[in-house]
Amino acid sequence: MKMMLKTTVSLSVLLLTAGAAFADCGIAKGSVRILSNDFEALRVIETATQDCVAAGVTVTANATAEHKNLQVPALTINPAEYTVAMVANNSIVPLLNDDLIRPLDDLVAKYGQDLQPNQLIKIDGKIMAIAFMGNSQHLFYRKDILEKAGITTPPTSYEDVLVAAKAIKDAGIMDYPLAASDKPGWDLAAEFVNTYLGTGGDFFAPGSAELAIDNANGQKTLEVMKAMTAYMNPDYLTYDANELNKVWDAGQVAMMNQWGSLAGAAVDPATVPADIVSNTVFAAAPTISGGTTPAAALWWDGFTIAKNISDEDAEASFQAMMHGMSPAVIAAHPDAATWLVKGYTPGPAAVGVIATANGGARAYPMQPYMGLLHTALSTELAEFIAGKEDATQALADVKAAYDSAAKEGGFL
Amino acid sequence: MPHKTFFAFILPSLIAMVLFIALPIVSVLVQSFYVEHGRVLVEVENCQPFGGCTKEVRVDSAATAALEKAQPLGQFNGFGTYLNRGHLAVAEVGQIISTSKGFGDAVARIYNLPFYKALAFTLVFCFVVTPLAMALGFAIALGVNALPKIVKGPTIFFSLLPMIITPLVGSLILFWMINPQGIIGATIQHIFNDPTLSLRASPALTWGSLLFYGVWTNAPFSFVVFYAGLQTVPGDTLESAMIDGASRWERIRYVIIPHLAPLATFVALVQLMDNFRVFEPIVGFSAEANATSLSWLIYNDLSGDTQLFGSAGATSVLTIAGVIVLLMPVLVRTWREFNHKVV
Repeated sequence: MKMMLKTTVSLSVLLLTAGAAFADCGIAKGSVRILSNDFEALRVIETATQDCVAAGVTVTANATAEHKNLQVPALTINPAEYTVAMVANNSIVPLLNDDLIRPLDDLVAKYGQDLQPNQLIKIDGKIMAIAFMGNSQHLFYRKDILEKAGITTPPTSYEDVLVAAKAIKDAGIMDYPLAASDKPGWDLAAEFVNTYLGTGGDFFAPGSAELAIDNANGQKTLEVMKAMTAYMNPDYLTYDANELNKVWDAGQVAMMNQWGSLAGAAVDPATVPADIVSNTVFAAAPTISGGTTPAAALWWDGFTIAKNISDEDAEASFQAMMHGMSPAVIAAHPDAATWLVKGYTPGPAAVGVIATANGGARAYPMQPYMGLLHTALSTELAEFIAGKEDATQALADVKAAYDSAAKEGGFL
Repeated sequence: MPHKTFFAFILPSLIAMVLFIALPIVSVLVQSFYVEHGRVLVEVENCQPFGGCTKEVRVDSAATAALEKAQPLGQFNGFGTYLNRGHLAVAEVGQIISTSKGFGDAVARIYNLPFYKALAFTLVFCFVVTPLAMALGFAIALGVNALPKIVKGPTIFFSLLPMIITPLVGSLILFWMINPQGIIGATIQHIFNDPTLSLRASPALTWGSLLFYGVWTNAPFSFVVFYAGLQTVPGDTLESAMIDGASRWERIRYVIIPHLAPLATFVALVQLMDNFRVFEPIVGFSAEANATSLSWLIYNDLSGDTQLFGSAGATSVLTIAGVIVLLMPVLVRTWREFNHKVV
């Protein structure tokens, strides 16, 4: 997933010094080469896999925000450049489309005794990935600011959020109480996907790649997204998820929808003023227009094993990953993510994601053509959210852009 | 030099050009005529941590792989990709012209199409930045040329800085400075006494910032070339002009500028070509909402979960065609001169 765009750091330089933990991974021999996105939870796992380094066992990791662009070419060659590709709902799709990852049923049977049933991502009856964490965008709000503005009940819907934002602005507490990752590109499209999921609508006609967002749900989604911008800093078009945390920590925003995986950083007492830390509350993503489903996509992050590698390397990789996400490792880092691993007790930063999941939020769609829709949304909604276009035109543009891309992609 | 010696000299460079420039362009051209095979879709059971198991559509990778093996390039689409909405949008433009409510409406609706939107900014960037950057570079060159020898070296170095800095880094620096909390952004808000004023919020101001950045980063190239040219201006002519009582301005206008004119053509060409491929400042300034360029369209096709190589190839070929059109006047002139010599 794309929420952490920190500087690309290759973890391969973090090889643990000799003499640290010894191979309790039980790997006889093999090469483990991990490709992943770059955020804290993944770094936790990758650092732990370094314990498996032993005679005949090498472990390297490349954590980079560019992982999505690397994974398909890197796994297509034989032998593949990486043995493990860490993926999420969306980034597993290109690997499945090109048949680049192997079923894990035999390895799970052999080494997966610590796994829970809901960690197994099964496609057509075969286990294709192992999930280790959940993630979603959810509501962050400042209880002190809401109280000052006379809002006593916590906002649970976008309608509440807008009422509260108006109250804060009218009371003169903040000019721009809201923020959202509305930067055209991946972030803006994700905002649309989140909000649209809350309306209960489907993106595609059942069983086909035919787009189905040009309807009342799509209109409502855009209407809410636009209404929110009235309470945002005029620069909202340049805000992505990382920027949101900065304005939050600067105390400039009272409510925002932000990634659960960034919740810990947003209230890190080491870098954030104490009054902001103590007044930040995490809650489920808001609902929309009287619905009951939190308007946010649920994500899982997990790992897959490349197809074009030797069985020995595949086995070593699976074992190393099992060690990296073992209950002991996770128990030592409870705040890094909302883990799905056995024995995990959620920390204070995880409540938002859990509340969103318990509220029945829907998963980010895994259809093979969802990526094309995401790209179409990311460029065609820019003019709408900038206020230069109406919702009808924006939805028509998205459909036209998606249709031409889907035709080129061979889906329509 | 005998033709044979000349050929032997440029052969290594020629081989590299063919291998690394000409062949890839041919490959891009070929790819742009193809689109992906129709994907074979199947509905399968899909289980995940949230929402349990559902029936969802998947690509039948074995069947698709068989298709790809038979025809690795994909389906032949001819100029289909060039003409679709993402590129020249022939059908859409035709429809807009036949149904438009006047010229302004038609332009606004054509501007809504991604290719034309990108082309508009690309052309404006080309034709605004190139002359301004050349004028600025020329002015710097004249200024530096008049400096005493001891300060010339450091001044030249500092004048070159914008070109030395990686474009992405340079644009990010300026982007942070025009942030409302940044030094330029805050100053502008203070001067105009308007706390909502932001250079990043409106299309006009975003374009302005990008063009300003373009001039800043392009001026050093003109400066270097013009500065080198200034060293070749014949001293005799300048002296006789001075004796005739020509002012500094008159010397520049009637001696230096005519002398540097061939150089200016060269600089203009290189700069036009460069600016036609504007890309980094758009990413650096997070300006995608208000300004896109042809290169950005290519980047956008190739990033994300699903890559569209055909579409990116078509935009690349159109970009190359655009560069050729820009260079046409000079190419035609060179051709005429060549023919002239033969006769």
